[in-house]
Amino acid sequence: MKLRRSMLFLPGSKAAMLSTAFVYKPDCVMFDLEDAVSLREKDSARLMVFHILRTDAYKGIETVVRINPLNTPYGLKDLEAAIRAGADAVRLPKTDCANDIHELDAEVARIEMECGCPIGRTKLLAAIESASGVINAVSIATASKRMIGIALAGFDYVIDMQSQRGDGAKPELFYARCAVLHAARAAGIDAFDVVYSDINDDAGFLKEVELIRHLGFNGKSLIHPRQIELLHNAYAPTEKEVSYSRRVIEAAAKAEKEGVGVIALDGKMIDAPIVSQAQRVLQRAEASGIRR
Amino acid sequence: MEKGQINNLIQELSAQCPDLGSLQSFAGAGSNVLHGNDILQNRRRKLCASLEEAIQRTGLEDGMTISFHHAFREGDKVINMVMGTLARLGFRNLTLASSSLLNTNAPLIEHIKNGVITKIYTSGLRGKLADAISHGLMDTPVHIHSHGGRVHLLQTGEIKIDVAFLAVSSSDVFGNANGTRGRSPCGSLGYAKVDAGYARQVVLLTDEIVAFPNTPISISQDRVDCVVKIDEVGDVSQISQGAARTTHDPRELLIARSAADVVEFSGYFKQGFSLQTGSGGSSIAATRFLEKKMISNGITARFALGGITSSIVELHEKGLIDVLVDTQSFDSVAAESLGKSVKHLEVSTNEYANPSSKGAFCDQLDVAILSALEIDTGFNVNVITGSNGMIRGASGGHCDVAAAACLTIVVAPLIRCRIPTVVKRVTTLVTPGESIDVLVTDHGIAVNPARPELDARLREAGLQVMTIEELYNRAVSLSGVSEPIQFTDRIVGVIRYRDGSVIDVVRQVKGCLP
Repeated sequence: MKLRRSMLFLPGSKAAMLSTAFVYKPDCVMFDLEDAVSLREKDSARLMVFHILRTDAYKGIETVVRINPLNTPYGLKDLEAAIRAGADAVRLPKTDCANDIHELDAEVARIEMECGCPIGRTKLLAAIESASGVINAVSIATASKRMIGIALAGFDYVIDMQSQRGDGAKPELFYARCAVLHAARAAGIDAFDVVYSDINDDAGFLKEVELIRHLGFNGKSLIHPRQIELLHNAYAPTEKEVSYSRRVIEAAAKAEKEGVGVIALDGKMIDAPIVSQAQRVLQRAEASGIRR
Repeated sequence: MEKGQINNLIQELSAQCPDLGSLQSFAGAGSNVLHGNDILQNRRRKLCASLEEAIQRTGLEDGMTISFHHAFREGDKVINMVMGTLARLGFRNLTLASSSLLNTNAPLIEHIKNGVITKIYTSGLRGKLADAISHGLMDTPVHIHSHGGRVHLLQTGEIKIDVAFLAVSSSDVFGNANGTRGRSPCGSLGYAKVDAGYARQVVLLTDEIVAFPNTPISISQDRVDCVVKIDEVGDVSQISQGAARTTHDPRELLIARSAADVVEFSGYFKQGFSLQTGSGGSSIAATRFLEKKMISNGITARFALGGITSSIVELHEKGLIDVLVDTQSFDSVAAESLGKSVKHLEVSTNEYANPSSKGAFCDQLDVAILSALEIDTGFNVNVITGSNGMIRGASGGHCDVAAAACLTIVVAPLIRCRIPTVVKRVTTLVTPGESIDVLVTDHGIAVNPARPELDARLREAGLQVMTIEELYNRAVSLSGVSEPIQFTDRIVGVIRYRDGSVIDVVRQVKGCLP
């Protein structure tokens, strides 16, 4: 089971972070060449990210490069570096419509062909940071076969909405979260929630994680390694969920063996979606352990 | 009875018992007292008007040995002040036997240059003093011992303290002293208790003279010769500087969490276990992760040993650790706890870790979590010299505790600032690999091949166990192999193992001080 719970942001310009962050074992790492890198460091950051991608330091962790928008002097150079170094995916910031993905898709295909790598190997993620992006979320999510996920970016979005970022429990992101999530599910791809910027507020972070987990997000963008363990644990199924799921699977197997059409457990009828859900819980427990 | 009559009695007695030897006849109540006959004057006889007076009374001479303790750590105000006074009074050729020396002791460089100090025994050296010694400041190599080993050297007579100058936060006029009362409480006087026991002359320096008798009595009046009141013995806010700190560094937290996992699955995590954590960020943080495991498993510890930190005190106050055994209080919370909890015990370094003591607490220890500057593929540990070959640390209780504990875990990042911590051979050997059971780094865990049962338990628990060679190779693949440090042939430091034997030397680094 491929888990994409945590996507750790790493500024491409910080050599010390690039060379060590894999020890925290996020599911995905996102090397940032965009907002976290100052203009004068754009080239050196791109070079460093290129080189770290060519080592096996991040083996076992999905690697994503956040490029600058293609309409900047850096976007295409970033894309060339990311694909030629073998990044698993490219994250496009400020995606407002499907055409942004179509343009990116074409450039990716061109570069893949030029460097002789299998066409379609590089996956895409779109970051939605505006009202337009939220409105167009479904067409963005379905704009390319390369798409593996969409991520909501909260700060730019709330500015665009003339709102402000609250403590995670406020409703300013409610519509955007639901829209992005529905688009992702309709497209069969993953959905990532916004970053939680107060790295010392574990309780606030966990409250927000609980909210987005219940909504159905696959995971969250993270800005600090300390948040990884908290997030992974919150996403792990509980002992109770695991033991119930085991009983569901056992009951389903028994019903199938006995040729009984209706599955019953503790006097209640179990239907196919409940069995599927139980399978997912057990797969998740296998991949991530049980909540502590 | 007349004197003549008594003499007759003695003669009669000697005739009856010829082996009795020479006996003296009684000559009046005040004829043989050491301190004069004025009872009221006698009560204040130890109080000196100045440090100079105390020094003069001790009979200190050139070439003698003086001692200090370092319970005030970076906040110490006594070592530099006393050494400055001795230099001003013209003393030369002294041996300095301080339990340790820190960054704050940089002024000693001038006293070494001027011949006031010509030999040093210490557990550690830091800062400019360490840099200067690493560059050949002293003609005689510095002897670096462990805390337990220092007491051993005192017992064997290699270190003979002529005068101990001991900072205490409170004393009465007769020399009953402790580190828990007064305005500058440093906590345990574990080092000072030993020096008070072995020194020929003991001078207490305090900024708080309290009513007689001062309690509790950490240093007793029957070991004290002089008491001097000074303006300030130490800045207690600086005690925890560089030692006991609460870390938010994600890498240190990662290592701490792994170390706690190792403890949990080691086989030693049982009701009534005992533990010691060193003063590094990761080892202190490990107690926080252990706390959760103790609560969820319903386990409490019988005792915690060593340098006691606020995080250990917190567990004690929550009822998770029954007894604290404290030879050095690493922060003001620990010092305060020592003063108020009856189960927070103050022990001397002899009781703490001396290998030739009749009973050292470390011999009863289950789990120790210690730091390292370097560890090699033979699990040998260096806690003295940095990656540039210069002295920058302290032996402390490292080799004492590692040798004694059932499970010794070393915690260290695999790489510090591009320099690997796991190396082929440590620059300086302080604790032999045979005493180390597990290494926990941010990249994985390695178990000493001498402990296959431990290796199996940790692997079975699903922990990320690798060989130490794999960790070394990982480090080198990330950082490359470092250029060897350039040393001259001259020896500037001798590393003494806890039994007094020589385990390694430190050589002078090439080049000049920057």
